[in-house]
Amino acid sequence: MIYLLCLCLFSVGLYCILRKRNIIKIIIGIVIAEYAVNLFFILIAFRMNGRAPLFSPDVNITNMVDPLPQALVLTAIVIGLATTALLVAIAMRIYEKYGTFDITKIRELRG
Amino acid sequence: MSREHDKGMTLIVKTITRLTVGLILLYGIYIISHGHVSPGGGFAGGVIVALSFIHLMLAYGKEEAFKRLSKSAASIFESTGAILFLAIALLGFSGGYFFLNFLPKGEPFRLFSAGTIPLSNIAISLKVGAGLFAIFVALVLLKLDSKKDKE
Amino acid sequence: MAELYLLLIFMIIAAIIAVEVEDLLSSVIAVGAVGLGLSIVFLILKAPDVAITQLVVEILCLIILIRATLKRDIPFSTTGRWFFNTLITVCFIAVFLMLAHKCLKDIPEFGFPIMRVAKTYLSQGLNKTGASNLVASVILDFRAYDTLGEATILFTAVVGVLAIVRGVGRKKEKQIIREEDE
Repeated sequence: MIYLLCLCLFSVGLYCILRKRNIIKIIIGIVIAEYAVNLFFILIAFRMNGRAPLFSPDVNITNMVDPLPQALVLTAIVIGLATTALLVAIAMRIYEKYGTFDITKIRELRG
Repeated sequence: MSREHDKGMTLIVKTITRLTVGLILLYGIYIISHGHVSPGGGFAGGVIVALSFIHLMLAYGKEEAFKRLSKSAASIFESTGAILFLAIALLGFSGGYFFLNFLPKGEPFRLFSAGTIPLSNIAISLKVGAGLFAIFVALVLLKLDSKKDKE
Repeated sequence: MAELYLLLIFMIIAAIIAVEVEDLLSSVIAVGAVGLGLSIVFLILKAPDVAITQLVVEILCLIILIRATLKRDIPFSTTGRWFFNTLITVCFIAVFLMLAHKCLKDIPEFGFPIMRVAKTYLSQGLNKTGASNLVASVILDFRAYDTLGEATILFTAVVGVLAIVRGVGRKKEKQIIREEDE
């Protein structure tokens, strides 16, 4: 059930990418979809009554959550930031050339 | 009162920035150097260090920030971080294979333990911090006006 | 797990607000609310490394987005065939969610992961690497090749942004970048 809520967040982002005409709204949709995917990874790694994956000097710990998806998501978050920065740079360039953010008015595909 | 409207933000923001920017930088260095003992690591620490310089630039204007970290210095730091990380990886060949952890391990929960992991953290933080500062400088300093024809 | 459901519903409502509001600055602030809620959810799911990184990266993402939307608010009007397009999109998303609900029955139940590879990391991580933070030892010792790939991606992003901002290539001989004084 909680996985379905996470996929609802992803579908909100997907609706925004498909239906909006402003480029900045499309970038916001991509950011929301990315948050949803990272959340899905960490939800898979959770263990009931688990502990964070850190050792402690005086306690013998046996029930840790899964550390492998956390390592993957750590990299994915910083990659998402790089992608967003590149998208915003392209959007600012498009504004400089066409004077608008509306994608239905950007029709010239010259080189 | 023309001195405070010269560049940057108001006087209140400038005073608070003067107090907190050093603390943010120190906190970032703490998270980087204790990356193998407590949560954090190179990525989060690098972003925090970049945020301290961006904070300085937002509050005071770009000249103050460029006095502390010029554009060429940021580019040199980023390349140094990448080359350092590759060098640590290639030096693993001395022990057997690529990326081998070849330094002595030490005992856990201390600052000087875990082989090459603290050095890798420092290299990654240099790269991430300088790279994100360079991205921010490039995006902010682009002058934009909307022209219909660019020919 | 009641707080987990509550935070997820808060995030979905904030995301719907971010999508529907006309003013660009307000929708960027709503995305910031989604990111902060996500960081708290990561803490509840016992992932402190990821929570710290998500918090600071989301602050930087907000700064970059606000820079792009600062003075460029243009009102939009809806064109024809709006209702038909929205209906098609909603039907597509409904089909996607129904198929996802069927597929989600195959993965293990929430809270009981299989952890076939991670058992080796958990039992031998401290002895083999000497680091007490397991996630750091996974990204920098067991899976360091992926971190090298990520460093390459960051480098490519910096080169890409600088190339886009620099302007059109060699059209004029004396083309300098005018800098904005803020």
